Amino acid sequence: MRVGFFVTCLVDLMRPSIGFAAIRLLEAGGAEVYVPPTQTCCGQPAYNSGDRADARALAAKVVGEFDDCDFLVAPSGSCSGMIRTHYADLFSDDPAMAKRVEALAAKTRELTQFLADDLRLARVPGEYSGTVTYHDCCAGLREMGVKAAPRALLAKVPGLALAEMAECETCCGFGGTFAVKFGEISSRLADNKCQHIEHTGADAVVLGDLGCMLNIEGRLRRRGDAKTRVLHVAELLAGEIPPSST
Amino acid sequence: MEIASMHFKERAHVKLNDEHLQYNLKKMKAKFVSKRRESLVELDDFEGTREAGKAIRARGLDDLDVWLEIFERNATARGATVLWAETPADVNALVLEIATKHDVRKIIKSKSMVSEESALDHAIEADGMTVVETDLGEYILQINGYEPPSHLIGPALHKSKEEVAELFHQKHGTPLKTGIEELCLEARGVLRQHYLSADMGISGGNFFVAETGSVVLVTNEGNATLATTLPKVHVAISGIEKVVPTLEDVATLMRLLPRSATGQSISNYMDVLTGRKGEGEFHGAEHMYFILVDSGRTGVLASEVREALRCIRCGACMNHCPVYQNIGGHSYGWVYPGPIGSILTPMYVGLERAQDLPAASTMCNQCGVVCPVKIPLPDLQRKLREKAFDAGLRPWYERAGLKLWAWLARRPALYGFGTKLGVRALRSMSDRNGMIHRLPFGSGWTDERDMPAPSGKTFRELYRARGNGSAQRREAA
Repeated sequence: MRVGFFVTCLVDLMRPSIGFAAIRLLEAGGAEVYVPPTQTCCGQPAYNSGDRADARALAAKVVGEFDDCDFLVAPSGSCSGMIRTHYADLFSDDPAMAKRVEALAAKTRELTQFLADDLRLARVPGEYSGTVTYHDCCAGLREMGVKAAPRALLAKVPGLALAEMAECETCCGFGGTFAVKFGEISSRLADNKCQHIEHTGADAVVLGDLGCMLNIEGRLRRRGDAKTRVLHVAELLAGEIPPSST
Repeated sequence: MEIASMHFKERAHVKLNDEHLQYNLKKMKAKFVSKRRESLVELDDFEGTREAGKAIRARGLDDLDVWLEIFERNATARGATVLWAETPADVNALVLEIATKHDVRKIIKSKSMVSEESALDHAIEADGMTVVETDLGEYILQINGYEPPSHLIGPALHKSKEEVAELFHQKHGTPLKTGIEELCLEARGVLRQHYLSADMGISGGNFFVAETGSVVLVTNEGNATLATTLPKVHVAISGIEKVVPTLEDVATLMRLLPRSATGQSISNYMDVLTGRKGEGEFHGAEHMYFILVDSGRTGVLASEVREALRCIRCGACMNHCPVYQNIGGHSYGWVYPGPIGSILTPMYVGLERAQDLPAASTMCNQCGVVCPVKIPLPDLQRKLREKAFDAGLRPWYERAGLKLWAWLARRPALYGFGTKLGVRALRSMSDRNGMIHRLPFGSGWTDERDMPAPSGKTFRELYRARGNGSAQRREAA
């Protein structure tokens, strides 16, 4: 089974360790992982900014890069959601591309979904001693239907306890360029999220999208919370938690 | 209504820092969200009902002209007069004409958001008549100097009961009250006199039923029943998109509307008004008028956001919107707030005056999943973003930045080189805990948040360094 790994631009730039953790998990599940070397971005920033032409060009590039894989897996509900639920809209006037997009959409997965539902991972390499809470990222939850998979996988981590936060399905306020254009509103949403996280008393908030990670961690630190870790679910499952910087 | 949607950011800033409002918004959110959730349990197939609701609304819109003509024919046959308003100004002119014809001095109104579009109350007062709002929320706003509504179904939801008590105390000259029941009784006492002395009642219209020529009104206070049946003239005003083919359709939509709005199985009152009072009938107005309003609706119908016209005005999208929940309805600056307002306002007042509204969304799609008629709100917001981008309404630096980034992202080698430098530059700006406190060109982020710095090398660099680079593809192949 040839699994095309879509690193995502944010993992590529901000926290490459997540990419390696994801690959480790995929390989643990028996996948042959292929990382197209020319990949950059799925085009979502352009798409959501109204720049359809650029979004389309980048989408076509992704389709070309992953056409020949059995699956496309991304450590992000947002990027996989873009490919699975929105690419079709970009090629509604191009039947040939629409067909290729449809085929790609059908084999596109968010990482935890793929691990739990397709690979049926029985054991995970990671261990953790402590309590975590899980934030459901919007696109993962509402575009990809990611809800049970990350929790099922976390339940396999020895030593880990999950304490659900209030409003775990409410947006953290990231929203791509929204976070900069409407920074004040975005920060308030992030602040609400931080309060819910802190109320659980968890040592770490775990999630599946880089955008939310940067937003939540950025707000936690500014609030003066230096101790609550913000971890990508892949890091935790793979047992590749980066050393705390503080 | 005066348009302030171009000042969205400034208004949101004020509301975010209004502690009192923040308290009211939190209370309101908790109530709406939990009540709706609880009420859905009663329906054995909520998703199926949503699908049916969507289909009914879509059927009405697909042949809107035909259904409107059928409605006109049937309403006219029952003795009502159907009038058409192309613009907000036409709405006001028609109401004043009707009032003149019937020698009206006092008008009572039940809730009508469409009449807010044309500031009808002001036009009535400017013409020398008295107008009294009878929906409790609208009444509160009216006696507070015509404060604008902040919510589709609860126009005064931004106010606490203490604020309302103080307002009644001042405006009615009565002793200060504390309980909600006492306040409601006081309002009822004031409003009852107006019902009995008014010459004309104006209502909105939740639905216009084509097959019967009826208007359907949904309220919890019963004010619409009194306002439309006691005065000798009844004028129902609503948008042309509110027409539905049959009464059976209304039954389905009514399974969705109160539950999505307030979490009620059914609203306290539901009026189906058909024609004027006939021979030997006891209830009803002697003269019945419908004003069917375009005011931009046909434009929406012909646009890429036509699905927004399916809206049945339940308010669920705003009740569940994390942005609305934190900034309240007044930030949006016009009649319709929240996600649905972010589509309708730019369409009705012009995108150039309201382009922040579709942009001010995280696209979390919480609105889309609760909408009882399945309007894909974030997709429609994106369509408007596309329009703004194509029309050159976005600032040059945003366009240039986006274009440059997309140009690079299509050239992997160059992109790899650029990002390699970029992540190092950002890394160098961070403190010893790996946080950036101030981002050049990114103060929107760093004013109230840190930016976790990149770890210093890109995935692509590291992957290649591990020997998995471009060679891997050949091996695999």
